[in-house]
Amino acid sequence: MTLIFEKSIKDRRGVSLPQSDVPVKAIVPTALRRKTTAQFPEVSELDVVRHFTKLSQKNFSVDTQFYPLGSCTMKYNPRFTEKVAALSGFAELHPLLPQLRHGERFTQGALELLYGLEQLLCEITGMKNFTMQPLAGAHGELTGIMMIAAYHKAKGNKKKYIIVPDTAHGTNPATAIIAGYETVSIPTGPQGVMDLERLKKALTPEVAGMMLTCPDTLGIFNSDIDKIAQMVHDVDGLMYYDGANLNAILGRCRPGDIGFDVIHLNTHKTFTTPHGGGGPGAGPVGVSEKLVKYLPISRVVKNSDGQFVLNYAYPDSIGYVASFYGNFGLLVRAYAYILLLGKEGLIETSNHAVLNANYIMQSLKKFYHLPYPRTCMHECVLSAVHQAQRGVHAIDIAKYLIDQDVHPPTVYFPLTVKEAMMIEPTETESKQTIDEFIKLMIEVNRVSIENPEQFKDLPRRMPISRPDEVKAARDLNTNFFGRALDGPSAQNKTAVHS
Amino acid sequence: MNPYIANTEADVKAMLDTIGVASIEDLFADIKPHQRPRSFALPSGKSEFEVIEDLKRLAEKNRSPLTLFVGGGYYDHYIPAAVDSLISRGEFFTAYTPYQPECSQGTLQSLYEFQSSLCTLTQMEVANASLYDGGTAMYEAMMMAIRINGRNRIIMDGGVSPIYRKILKSYTSNLAIEFVETPVVHGQADRGHIRKALNKETAAVILQNPNFFGAIDDHSDLVQAAHSVGALVIESVYPISLGLLKTPGEMGVDITVGEGQSLGLPLNFGGPYLGFLAAKKEFVRKMPGRIVGQTVDGLGRRCFVNTLQAREQHIRREKATSNICTNVSLCALRALIYMCLLGRQGLVDLAQLNLDKAEYARACLEKIPGVEVKRSSPTFNEFTVCLPHDASAVVETMIDRGFAAGFPCGRYYQGMDNYMIVAVTEKRTKQEIDQFAENLKDVLARFS
Amino acid sequence: MEVVDHYFYTKEHEWIHIEDDQATIGISEYAQEALGDITFVELPSVGTEVEQFEQCSSVESVKAASDIYSPMSGKIIEVNTDLEEKPELINKDCYERGWIAKLELGALEEQSKLMNAEEYRNYLNTLE
Repeated sequence: MTLIFEKSIKDRRGVSLPQSDVPVKAIVPTALRRKTTAQFPEVSELDVVRHFTKLSQKNFSVDTQFYPLGSCTMKYNPRFTEKVAALSGFAELHPLLPQLRHGERFTQGALELLYGLEQLLCEITGMKNFTMQPLAGAHGELTGIMMIAAYHKAKGNKKKYIIVPDTAHGTNPATAIIAGYETVSIPTGPQGVMDLERLKKALTPEVAGMMLTCPDTLGIFNSDIDKIAQMVHDVDGLMYYDGANLNAILGRCRPGDIGFDVIHLNTHKTFTTPHGGGGPGAGPVGVSEKLVKYLPISRVVKNSDGQFVLNYAYPDSIGYVASFYGNFGLLVRAYAYILLLGKEGLIETSNHAVLNANYIMQSLKKFYHLPYPRTCMHECVLSAVHQAQRGVHAIDIAKYLIDQDVHPPTVYFPLTVKEAMMIEPTETESKQTIDEFIKLMIEVNRVSIENPEQFKDLPRRMPISRPDEVKAARDLNTNFFGRALDGPSAQNKTAVHS
Repeated sequence: MNPYIANTEADVKAMLDTIGVASIEDLFADIKPHQRPRSFALPSGKSEFEVIEDLKRLAEKNRSPLTLFVGGGYYDHYIPAAVDSLISRGEFFTAYTPYQPECSQGTLQSLYEFQSSLCTLTQMEVANASLYDGGTAMYEAMMMAIRINGRNRIIMDGGVSPIYRKILKSYTSNLAIEFVETPVVHGQADRGHIRKALNKETAAVILQNPNFFGAIDDHSDLVQAAHSVGALVIESVYPISLGLLKTPGEMGVDITVGEGQSLGLPLNFGGPYLGFLAAKKEFVRKMPGRIVGQTVDGLGRRCFVNTLQAREQHIRREKATSNICTNVSLCALRALIYMCLLGRQGLVDLAQLNLDKAEYARACLEKIPGVEVKRSSPTFNEFTVCLPHDASAVVETMIDRGFAAGFPCGRYYQGMDNYMIVAVTEKRTKQEIDQFAENLKDVLARFS
Repeated sequence: MEVVDHYFYTKEHEWIHIEDDQATIGISEYAQEALGDITFVELPSVGTEVEQFEQCSSVESVKAASDIYSPMSGKIIEVNTDLEEKPELINKDCYERGWIAKLELGALEEQSKLMNAEEYRNYLNTLE
């Protein structure tokens, strides 16, 4: 589609600015002034609205398609949370206000909300305290590992390694390294859960902790989880729960009760803040008693007079991990969602998330290889190895689904399953939608037998066919204007089609 | 019943039959009795109406609206209605990371346009598709510089946001990074101290323009000095100011970062915001975060994909350039729409308007007895004043009159208790500025 | 799968072609096939000393990245700058025009830790 820059017409305007009402026309000294203006497009408001409306129509989304993207939890985003987040008392609140002297009194509502959300998350997860600061899941991971490091430093422990199972999210090992640790990977055993013998061997006194997802990325709840926690605690290691997603365990298991010391939550997964095409997220982090004093500052505290204040006086704190108090706009949505669902609603969320996933798994296991045939939790992992023998790989199935107006599952993850297809329907999808999906997946299998050629060159009904990713990486073009200080680059002057 | 669940009792029964279990509870058998919650004492659910009322009550407890003269890196700019209207489209806000390019061209093309807009704004060659916020973007830029030249000494100008400086320190407390902080003299980055601190171990010099006190600068000479010893320069910028000010690209800066909140994002009590990072092209493979690139599809049509993914955590795992998994797409989209609406001349006019109003406010405050306005260096839309009394106390009194008068420096800078940083955007009318000055005059008079 | 007879190989699928006290290194047919279309090669700097099996370079394709370990120790004396513009040379001709670097060898006896062509062929057969 035409780029907005290519729609630019000299002197066209898209916004009306107020006329200056002050009797001043100031001048920036020449040496400090830019020489040429930024080449923003010159377009009308209608040009902009039409351009972005058209662009939006080239996306799949939860609002428009079934979107069973495993591990990403594409559940419906209730609209009332948008309404509360937009309340001017929240949206127009300047973050520096509570940092003015006695400034907390101007932001009591916001602080009360943060305090209330902390209480709720503690009760949901069984953790002692939470920080709302981390701005996304991976940011929460880093915060958690930094606290683990602070704990060991304070105790004088000489620690070197973080244990990570081979099914872990890629962010886990990346985080451990950035926080200054080395990682040890533990393989998955034949039952789809961690090999305990291998774990035993890896558990040296130099182990700082372990990062774990439970249920894991195969969708399996490891019944040995408290045993594992005990083993790690025995070498004074700490347990990190990659709780990106609580959808399977709400009201049925709390990480704090089974031995976890740190947990991060992605609010866009369990608590349905919108995914936004890839962020913004929010990644609150909860800790057990052992780590409370290392939590980032500031922390919201309720005084005996009922006033909420920001407390910075924690000498052992790891310090600031973000500029302010977290991605507040998203925390408002998560808080409102939890209030609306309440205890029973949260339990029902898990009930139906797990029911829907098992229903898909049971309905499709005759047609697709099921690497670990056991009850799954909120998501299931199937494999396209049979179809692959006929030349139809997981990626081909994904493209077929796209052409049928369904967003594909996560493919090729977890890395431990060949031709993996990770399906997470979420609790908000109905049996009827899921039945349509099952029917479609059965059809995919049939076509892979009868006419595998049909998968060639898919998708065909989308605005584009498969892009040339090799060209994208070799002939790197990430900026319409090409070189920074010149005009549009030669390649863009000629290549204009829509 | 949870209103977002569609399955009826009949549906549930049919599904359980297919699965071959008697009840939903049976599906949770892997969670053993001793692993069950010790408590789950949450309140009962409420209706949508009731929750909205609850939240309205909380929102009203916040002191708003205030006439804002507080900035500190986060500004009260007007957001055109079309921005909110467009980003509310479900196809944008309920989509995920564009892993499947064929059904994500909307998000991908937007991010390409965002990157391009950021590049022309800063006059840098490559930008990524956004990072969490300005502070974390600065941390990522610092780590990027360390990866590029393999050194570990960081020189940080005292004019860089003290909040960002605190973040950088907590992130690196376990890493072998040496920080050298140089003072601010007469409002600007102190050349002497920075030149003295520069050596062959220096990975990067971190600067900010306008700096925390509002002073504007041309850092070209510092860029040259840094490059002469093989160090890089990172500069944090305020996007709106680039309508007028010399760009990081013109100064020869290696990595530019910043907070994009001013580009159409509400203040939101601290987030979500928009971190951006742009650099010289030679460093693109050391850049963190997502990058969208242009390519062609099977029929030769232009299209967009996530590119250079081999840098990222989902492929590199422990060898990734960063642990970042996502960007802030929806915030980047907001900024892009805002920049498009503003347009080429709109950005210049907006910057000029901010500058003029700030100059007017500066002149008004200067007339107040006892108030000293720092004029040692030029400023953009934020400036520092010295009050005859403790600035924190003055600001507190002013809030009760409906004005967030400024940010007291004493919170982050020793010996600056009487200093206050005042920000003025296009939203402040002449009348508001006049009333602000009158009230401040009155408050100061009552102090003594 | 092509394996060149007079080269030596590592388990990580690098090859080395030794000529007196100098050698050329690159990646094998198996490695380039596994990686797919190569989009970028991070070349080592000339003059760098590398240990045997120490990382000296890395190769990226669209969806994978692989570190390259030097089969023997020595000093880098030349790198294949053609790969900067044409990384696909590794896909097209991994044993000749797709070479990565030339080394001045440090310890010739290290060759005993490598596989010859026949051993490498057998090793490839043990992989699926």
